Amino acid sequence: MKVIEIKNLHKIYDEKTVPVHAVDGIDLTFEQGEFAAIVGPSGSGKTTLLNMIGGLDKPTSGEIIIADTDIKTLSASKMIDFRMKNIGFVFQSYNLIPVLTAGENVEFIMHLQGKPKEERKARIKEMLEAVGLGDRINSRPNKLSGGQQQRVAVARALASKPKFILADEPTANLDSKSTETLLEIMEKLNREENITFIFSTHDARVMKKARRVITVEDGKVISDERK
Amino acid sequence: MINSISWKNIWRNKLRSLVIITAIAFGVMAGVFSAAMTNGMFDSRIASAIELESSNIQIHNSKYLENKESYYFIENADSILEVVKQNPNVKSASKRIKITAMANTSASGAGVMLYGIEPDIEKNVTKISEKIADSLGTYFKAKSKNQIVISSKLAEKLKVKLKSKIVLTVQSLDGTMVNSAFKVVGIFKTSNSAFDEMTVFVKYQDIANIINLDATKAHEIAILLKENQKSDEVATQLKSKFKSLNVMTWKEIQPEVGMVAEMLNFSLYIFMIIILFALGFGIVNTMLMVVLERVKEIGMLMAIGMNRMRVFKMIMLETVYLSLTGGVVGMILGAGIINFFGKTGIDLSIYAEGLNNIGYASIIYPSIGFDYYINTVIMVILTGIIASLYPARKALKLNPAEAVRTEI
Ligand SMILES: Nc1ncnc2c1ncn2[C@@H]1O[C@H](COP(=O)(O)OP(=O)(O)OP(=O)(O)O)[C@@H](O)[C@H]1O
Ligand SMILES: [Mg+2]
Repeated sequence: MKVIEIKNLHKIYDEKTVPVHAVDGIDLTFEQGEFAAIVGPSGSGKTTLLNMIGGLDKPTSGEIIIADTDIKTLSASKMIDFRMKNIGFVFQSYNLIPVLTAGENVEFIMHLQGKPKEERKARIKEMLEAVGLGDRINSRPNKLSGGQQQRVAVARALASKPKFILADEPTANLDSKSTETLLEIMEKLNREENITFIFSTHDARVMKKARRVITVEDGKVISDERK
Repeated sequence: MINSISWKNIWRNKLRSLVIITAIAFGVMAGVFSAAMTNGMFDSRIASAIELESSNIQIHNSKYLENKESYYFIENADSILEVVKQNPNVKSASKRIKITAMANTSASGAGVMLYGIEPDIEKNVTKISEKIADSLGTYFKAKSKNQIVISSKLAEKLKVKLKSKIVLTVQSLDGTMVNSAFKVVGIFKTSNSAFDEMTVFVKYQDIANIINLDATKAHEIAILLKENQKSDEVATQLKSKFKSLNVMTWKEIQPEVGMVAEMLNFSLYIFMIIILFALGFGIVNTMLMVVLERVKEIGMLMAIGMNRMRVFKMIMLETVYLSLTGGVVGMILGAGIINFFGKTGIDLSIYAEGLNNIGYASIIYPSIGFDYYINTVIMVILTGIIASLYPARKALKLNPAEAVRTEI
């Protein structure tokens, strides 16, 4: 089942002065249950692509179809709603609300979704256990390691039951041990729960774990390999 | 949940929050205290104007006010008094003879307003009796005739002491001028020196005999109510009962005091409003720093699905909580100081001369009603809401894609 369909996607920054073709005609399709890495040199357009898929940025032209909706047509406020319901995000850093505990951070997105309290409580535990942090439910982010914080972010993204999870360089700030743990968890969730992950990375070890590697350069897909 | 985030967010940068909270606390404290000072000062002025001078309501012959002649009296004062006393809001009422007189001593002379009163009844209406110091006589003795109670100010002017003689010249009902000697039995002092200088009291019966007034008649009926707020209501009731007579409330009798009472509310709030307005800029500044500092976090929140309403609410609540914390601390401090000085009073006797000349007491007991605190809370909340608008707008303008890219 297709979760994302991208057709002839373009993004041009600074159209008036010095135009930058950050994304230059990309066609891609993502299926349910993929574990895909977007790789490429710095400035190749990975973040721009992910931001557009996530509806954080508007394409200059082209289509992104998620759940039968061309998300370009959504108004800003509809887009926020759409993100909340359909897309999970894990950023490189600043993922968590510092004043809330790990549990509350996971709960927060379900609160935004208007889920009842009992359901939230049950799911917090389930999600934190899934990322191996069942015992850190009451820890504030500043009491967690960088890797643990990223795992909480994954748990939060999962908690909202999104169609897929976007992660822009989720391991960029992590040491190799934490990187490995995070990837193992993501992989396991993908394998066991059929969660769709799309992430960008520079890291060769991360690439190796991916079952699909999409390489971009100068805003174009230059290779798309499935293992 | 957004509620608790906003509250906890305040304490992320404790020092910065404490600085603005302290500023708000001191500002609000100053505002509450100055309002209490003003209120205490004017309240006591109004209270003494009512208790010592005008009472709540007065009734006169309609012509008497234009022309204070002794023959413009109220015909059946005693029966009117009976009707007045039946009103459940009335605490007490008295009839008076009130005419102008010349007071002369061997040393000096002065024009005065002479009140002929029944001391035992008058005591329950005006509190002049309590304004006579122990060493300065009494509010009339039982038996002897032709006693007079005057103020210390007038005593000074006429150069008289207790037991001195004063000759009063008044016009009797038939128009002839009559002289009678009175003996000073009491010397009072209020905080209104203009009133003091003008006013003398004698017994109703003594002066009635002198001017030949029938004892059922009087120039003035003074009415003290159980509650000041009922003045207008009772006055309206009495007006409809006694159509031919003139019924006035204390605000009409002493328009300068009435005006103070009308303006008081406004003047109590204007100072607080100015303080909060100034503090508002500090709050805006603090919240702008907050928004700038949290660009990435706010971007992240918008990315994961926090809509504009919620972002706005989060920042607005944080601003309101910040303001309210300062406001509540300020009000508690203010209430403490007011409570302290409310008991001991603040002695302004260095300026007392001036204050007494315009009718104000020289010791001020700051006091303020509970509703002032409630309204201050509302104003602080409003200040918070208004101060949050600009920073919240800044936050809403953030583009989540840019925000999460931003390097801090
Ligand atoms: N807001 C912007 N305005 C102008 N140009 C931009 C903007 N954002 C990105 N770019 C440019 O678009 C191009 C693609 O940037 P992007 O951040 O998508 O690359 P990336 O592959 O994520 O790089 P990195 O690996 O360093 O994160 C770059 O040339 C970048 O300078
Ligand atoms: Mg990038």
